[in-house]
Amino acid sequence: MSRTPQTAEGTRPRTLAEKVWDDHVVRTGGDQPDLLYIDLHLLHEVTSPQAFDGLRQAGRKVRRTDLTIATEDHNTPTDNLFTIADPTSRKQIETLRANCEEFGVRIHSLGDAEQGVVHVVGPQLGLTQPGMTVVCGDSHTSTHGAFGSIAFGIGTSEVEHVLATQTLPQAKPKTMAVTVNGSLPEGVSAKDLILKIISITGTGGGKGHIVEYRGQAIEELSMEGRMTVCNMSIEWGAKAGMIAPDEKTFAYVQGRPHAPQGEDWDAAVEYWKGLGTDAGAEFDREIVIDAAELSPFVTWGTNPGQGVELSGAVPDPVSLDDPAERSAAENALKYMGLEAGTPMRQVDVDVVFLGSCTNGRIEDLRTAAEVIKGRKVADGVDMMVVPGSARVREQAIQEGLDQVFIEAGADWRFAGCSMCLGMNPDQLTPGQRAASTSNRNFEGRQGKGGRTHLVSPAVAAATAVAGHLAGPADL
Amino acid sequence: MEKITTHTGTALPMRRSNVDTDQIIPAVYLKRVTKTGFEDALFAEWRDDPKFVLNQDDFRQATVLIAGTEFGTGSSREHAVWALKDYGFKAVIAPRYGDIFRGNSLKNGLLTVELPTEAVEWLWGAVEADPTLEITVDLVEREVRAQGRTWEFEFDDFARWRLMEGLDDVSLTLRDEDRIAAFESDRDAWRPRTLPV
Repeated sequence: MSRTPQTAEGTRPRTLAEKVWDDHVVRTGGDQPDLLYIDLHLLHEVTSPQAFDGLRQAGRKVRRTDLTIATEDHNTPTDNLFTIADPTSRKQIETLRANCEEFGVRIHSLGDAEQGVVHVVGPQLGLTQPGMTVVCGDSHTSTHGAFGSIAFGIGTSEVEHVLATQTLPQAKPKTMAVTVNGSLPEGVSAKDLILKIISITGTGGGKGHIVEYRGQAIEELSMEGRMTVCNMSIEWGAKAGMIAPDEKTFAYVQGRPHAPQGEDWDAAVEYWKGLGTDAGAEFDREIVIDAAELSPFVTWGTNPGQGVELSGAVPDPVSLDDPAERSAAENALKYMGLEAGTPMRQVDVDVVFLGSCTNGRIEDLRTAAEVIKGRKVADGVDMMVVPGSARVREQAIQEGLDQVFIEAGADWRFAGCSMCLGMNPDQLTPGQRAASTSNRNFEGRQGKGGRTHLVSPAVAAATAVAGHLAGPADL
Repeated sequence: MEKITTHTGTALPMRRSNVDTDQIIPAVYLKRVTKTGFEDALFAEWRDDPKFVLNQDDFRQATVLIAGTEFGTGSSREHAVWALKDYGFKAVIAPRYGDIFRGNSLKNGLLTVELPTEAVEWLWGAVEADPTLEITVDLVEREVRAQGRTWEFEFDDFARWRLMEGLDDVSLTLRDEDRIAAFESDRDAWRPRTLPV
C-alpha cells in the first residue's frame, strides 16, 4: 500500500495537522471521537507505574513493544549516575526497570549511552520523524512536533490505553497558524520568540488547537530551535505545536540509528514532502508576528505568559485591565519578591540552570559556552549545566564545551530533567532566585519557595557572568 | 469505573486563576507508584498558610471545588486528579481548564464542568456567605444548581455517556480490535520501530 498525504484534486485543501491526523484515523464517525493510531510511545518513570499496574490487573500485554521506548529522566540524580539516595525515588526507577523487563519494553537506564530527557532521546535516535503521531505521559511531548508530527502529552490512564491498544480516542482539535514573518534579529533566539508568543496569548490562548508555526523566521530556525518553540506549545494551552518538515528536517533525521535507509528513505522523503499545508487551506485562527520587532525576552511572574523584554521592567498590576490577570500579577509579584517598575536587568539571581527538554540540546550548550568562554560565573551565583542526554553530554565533551563551563566555575552534570522540576535532588531552596532555560516558572516548580525567571541559553550564560538578568551585549 | 450522574455537596471557593498542576500537587509528591494516598499532597505548598482556604473549618467538608479560570494547566500529571479525589472532591467548577487535566479528570470520574466567570464569581460569593450552601452538579441535565438558580453547561456527549455508564476506555477501544489490526497491516514499512538496531 502507499498512503499519500497529497490532497486529491478537487477536494478541500488541508493543513499539515489535518493530513497527519487523517493518515492515523483507525475509526471515525458515529458518536465516538476519532480513534487515532499512535506511531511512537515514549515512557518514563513518573507517569507509567500505575499504567503498567492497570495492564497487569486486566491481564493485558503491551500491544506494540516495537513502537514503545522508555528512559529514566525526571527523578534521577545528575551529580552521579548510580546512587539514588531517596528510597522512594529509587523504588520508582526500579519499578520502571522491572515493568520494562516484564512487558518487554526497550529501556535506556542511567549510565546507558542513550539515557536522557525523553524528548531529547526520541529525536536523537531518529525515532521522531515527520508525519507521525507521538505521545508520552509528559506535557512537553509537543517538542516532537518540530518534525511535522502530531505530538502531545497524555495522562497515566491514556498511557495505559496506548500500551494496551496502540491507539487513543481523540476529539479532532481545531487548527491555528502562528505566522512569524521576517527574520529574528541578531541575538534573538527561538526561546525569546516562544516566550513572546505566550505573553501575547496567555496560558490558555491555544486551548483546543493544534498550532502550526510557520513563516520565514520559523523556516530559518535550526531543528533545535524548532524543538524549543514546539516544546512550549503546552505553555499557552495548545494541544500540540507543529512545523512543516523541510530539507533541514530531512537532513537532521538522515543517518540517525532509526532513520529509514535505502529505498525506505526515498519512500519516506516522498511522503514527507507532501505533508506541508496546501495552498488555500484554512486555519480556524491565525496569529501573525513580525520577527523584526522581537528582542530577548524573560519572565517576571509565576506563569509562562507573564513575560517582558529583557530591556523592560516588572509591570505594575494596576496597568492590567482584566481582574483575573491583575490579581494573578499581584500574587506573582508577592511570590517573586519583586517591585513593580524594577528594570529586569536589575534583578539579581542566585542560581542559573542551563538544561531541560526546552534548552538542553547541543546547540543550546554551544550558544551558552560561546557567551561564557573566558569569563567567570559571578561570585555568589551557582550555575548548573545539565545536558539533555548522555549523548549530548558526550558530544559537548568532544567539542570541549565541558571545559569551557568548568573553567568558568559552572557545575557540569550528568543528563536528566534536573532542576526543571523539583522532584530530583537538584532544587532551589526557599527564596532562591534562578534564571532558568527550562519551561515553567510556576510557584515551587524548581523547589519549594524557589523563584524562577525563564530565559534563553544566551541570557542564562550572560546572567551567570553578570550576577543579574543580562544579555550577551551587556557583558 | 463507578457510574457518575449527579453530585450534591458543599463547596470550597478558590479565588485564584491559573492554578497549575504543580500547585495542585508539587512534583516532589510524584514519586509514589500507586494511584492512591495523595490527599496530603493536595495544594501542599499552600497548606502551610493557616489562612489558605483548605485550612478553614467552614470548608473542610466541601466536595465541590470552585476555582478561577485556567485550572489545571501545565504538567500532565494525573496525580493532580488523584489528589483531588483522595482529598474528597467529587466535582470541580471553573471557567476553563488545562486540556490534559480535564481529560485526566474524566478518566477518573472527577466531574469537571465549565461555567462562565460571572457564574463562578456568584458562586464564590454565595458559598463564602453561607458555607453550608449545597451545590448540585448534574451531568444528566448538564446543569449546576444552587440556591434556586440554575446554570447550564456544555459537556461532550461521548464523555458524558462514558461517565454515566461507568465504562472504561480500553475495553471500549478493544471492541474495534479488528480495525486496529487492519490499520496495522496497512502501515508503511518505513515507519520507525524502537527495536534495537
